Amino acid sequence: MEFEPVIGMEAHAELATKTKVFCGCSTAFGAAPNTQVCPVCLGLPGALPVLNKTAFEYVIRTAIALNCTITEKTVFDRKNYYYPDLPKNYQISQNYACIGYNGWIEINVNGEKKQVGMDNVHLEEDAGKNLHPETGGAESLVDLNRAGIALMEIVSRPDMHSADDALAYMETLKNLLQYLEVSDCKMQEGRLRFEVNISMRRKGEQKLGARAEIKNLNSMRTALKCIEYEIKRQTDILSNGGKLNQETRLWDEASSCTRAMRSKEQAQDYRYFPDPDLVEVHIMPEWQEKIRRQIPELKDAKLARFIAEYGLPEYDADILTSSKPLATYFEQCQKFHNNPKSISNWIMTELLRELKSREMESDDCPVTPRHLACMIKMIDEKTISGKIGKQVFSEMLSTGKMPDVIVTESGMSQILDEKEISAIVEKIISENQDTVESIRAGRDKAMAFLVGQIMRATRGKANPQLVNQILKDKISIK
Amino acid sequence: MDIHTLTLAEAGKQLKQKKITSRQLTQAVLQRLKSVEPQIQAFLSIAEKTAFTQADEADRRIAEGGDISPLTGIPIAIKDNICTADAATTCASRILENFHPPYDATVIAKLRRAGVVFIGKTNMDEFAMGSSTENSGYKITRNPWDRERIPGGSSGGSAAAVAADAAIAALGSDTGGSVRAPASYCGVVGLKPTYGRVSRYGLVAYGSSLDQIGPLTKDVKDSAIMLNALAGHDPQDSTSANVPVPDYTSACGKDIKGLRIGIPKEYFAEGIDPEVEQLVKNAIRQMESLGALPIEISLPHTEYAIPCYYICAMAEASSNLARYGGAHYGYRAKNAGNILEMYSKTRAEGFGTEVKRRIMLGTYVLSAGYYDAWYLKAIKARTLIKRDFELAWEKTDIIAAPVVPAPAFKIGEKSADPLTMYLSDIYTISLNLAGMCGISIPCGFSKKGLPVGLQLIANIFKEETLFTAAYAYEQSAGFFNRKPPL
Repeated sequence: MEFEPVIGMEAHAELATKTKVFCGCSTAFGAAPNTQVCPVCLGLPGALPVLNKTAFEYVIRTAIALNCTITEKTVFDRKNYYYPDLPKNYQISQNYACIGYNGWIEINVNGEKKQVGMDNVHLEEDAGKNLHPETGGAESLVDLNRAGIALMEIVSRPDMHSADDALAYMETLKNLLQYLEVSDCKMQEGRLRFEVNISMRRKGEQKLGARAEIKNLNSMRTALKCIEYEIKRQTDILSNGGKLNQETRLWDEASSCTRAMRSKEQAQDYRYFPDPDLVEVHIMPEWQEKIRRQIPELKDAKLARFIAEYGLPEYDADILTSSKPLATYFEQCQKFHNNPKSISNWIMTELLRELKSREMESDDCPVTPRHLACMIKMIDEKTISGKIGKQVFSEMLSTGKMPDVIVTESGMSQILDEKEISAIVEKIISENQDTVESIRAGRDKAMAFLVGQIMRATRGKANPQLVNQILKDKISIK
Repeated sequence: MDIHTLTLAEAGKQLKQKKITSRQLTQAVLQRLKSVEPQIQAFLSIAEKTAFTQADEADRRIAEGGDISPLTGIPIAIKDNICTADAATTCASRILENFHPPYDATVIAKLRRAGVVFIGKTNMDEFAMGSSTENSGYKITRNPWDRERIPGGSSGGSAAAVAADAAIAALGSDTGGSVRAPASYCGVVGLKPTYGRVSRYGLVAYGSSLDQIGPLTKDVKDSAIMLNALAGHDPQDSTSANVPVPDYTSACGKDIKGLRIGIPKEYFAEGIDPEVEQLVKNAIRQMESLGALPIEISLPHTEYAIPCYYICAMAEASSNLARYGGAHYGYRAKNAGNILEMYSKTRAEGFGTEVKRRIMLGTYVLSAGYYDAWYLKAIKARTLIKRDFELAWEKTDIIAAPVVPAPAFKIGEKSADPLTMYLSDIYTISLNLAGMCGISIPCGFSKKGLPVGLQLIANIFKEETLFTAAYAYEQSAGFFNRKPPL
């Protein structure tokens, strides 16, 4: 019997607004606990929410980009449940009239294009964080800095059937949200989070099986591991004639498995009802149109522009636009120093390799566009060679120093003085008379050996073109 | 001179003319408060020290003669569900015992800027849930006219304080009649402004779609002065209306010739005390003699108002009161073994019976499988009740009705039967559901000497019409001159 997985995903993205969704508190990450709070996000008696218009518009923008039908009259609803990170013991969310419905997104799975349907896109408030001291003890602490940050929830249809589908979906969605400039999607800071719904059915059947909802997935890699684990777990149970129940499960990172959290019967009744503290928001066609016009340049348009404006090969442009932060990185470099192809080469090789090995986003890299552009400029002006450039790059990465500072401090500047090079060339010729003779006899390949000797003697700083020229003159060939 | 008996308008005039100082007035009011408080138990906290600081500040402002408002230096009492940064706000609940909000409600901030002297926080039914102030977690307030009887609720402390001259005026809140009913029982004037007229920011929520802050005053003009200071759009309250605020005092004194007074037949059907019916009808006749035109109207969905109100209000309350769980502020039960136990013990110990009853009923009507049958039906009924009023405004300018079916009942008389208690809200709750404004003004006394109120109701943002009619009636009837035997 062959089974196929049916996968749907819920994505939560914290919106990139300066202030929270229902009050004026800052959303900056990393502040001391409970310093970005006010009566509203603390849920104090009598405090009332006021909607952040930018957050609302960001969700409309996303819903448009996800090809959703936009709801004309939206309302906010209260989702009632008790938890200490939720100060009011209800979350302001949307249930009965979400901002967007019935959309779709195209994903590319190993070269094959597929569509994933969108059930809905809506706006809600984030909860705070419970902190359980590692020293143990009965008391837990609550940090409410995150409570009330605008959170967009994007609920897909169960249209994915493999871990690869799910990965392509997560990457495409993250990419789109970054391109839309609605969220920075930093998963390591919890600004983008995924939950997976997964069930198995016999291949060819339409009916859905009992699904497991899996929470606590803090990276795409974890989500993938979890999907693979669940596919195996559920397949094993079904293959052995077992029965699955609808339940919520929790990913346990330490043991790389999922654990049952609660069954359908134990599922909470959230008692959604319209929040009487907020008013209906009517999304008129003119407003929608205004937001549609505000959608920034998306990937396809940017790719075409990179080819036309910078004369980049399609291959380069495709890689540079593979994420919005990377494309921005490229264009910022270009502003500091105009050499698109060289910048592209450095980004595609050195930068991407380092980012990947450090699991870092380009906008968090200590080598900023200014660093990289300045270094390429030094190469173009022949202050350093390309080879030295690689040393400078790794130095910039570890110290964050500017390239000119690194070059000056460690004396890496290129030797362009013909007299100085001539002296070294003469010295190498005199030490390698046999080789010189063989070159004169026609063994051109031995030239490379001499060039290598000269470069070593100058610790790679001699300008290679000058070295070649002077060497040829000295041994009088051609 | 007993300056504590002055109305707000008179006191303001004498302060401005420097015949009295705010310190003198505050002293007189606090003295009166202390002498009557053992009998009426209207206050949960008295702010003597800060009151004198505020009074001196007001006197300084008056002496400098600059920025004076009609409220500068006036001692006012505040219902204890309105947040004050300088005094505890308990909602008369044990669960918020010693809770000090770090912020002022918008209305408090407005009154502070106007130079008001805050003398104390008044008793109420816990979280404004009740019609008699018997549901307070701290004390039972007594009716100044008969201390065996209830002052009405839930703003019973505020109404009793004003009736007893223990405050020049007071703030209350009205979710289903909680300002108008105690005003009627205590013989003072109580206003429920249009929903959205006064900011709710800082009013501890009971039924958010119904709650509205309103003043309790000695006469109609004082009510208009108070509304002038309270009304207006607040960017911190999404449900507050951005509608211009007229000078309400200038509506007092206009004649009511040709004013159409609608008399809803459903409000004079069975259940009304004959004495109350007679006094209200007398009042309408009196207004007719001033040139008003009474017409019979119908509000056919009135019979659904009580169930509709209790479903809406309790549903909202069940969610509004969820935050009192002991995690962040307020009372926390001791000896809870885990988080669930902390919540359930805290709430079991911290809330009173009526609050628990309403939370449970509200939770029930929102539960899966019951939401459509209860909550959604109530929302539909609410639309019909609102429609009744909208149709009525095509025929009439104002509606006259009783406030409560009978004069103040005895303490404990209805405690065993919450349903009977709920029925006493019959004439007041419809206009909360419809968002309309209404006022309760004294219209006479029962044979036992208990005050009875007349309710006037107007369309949204037509408070001026209310004040014109109420003032004209009040001036010709003159019941405001009678004081309780204290």
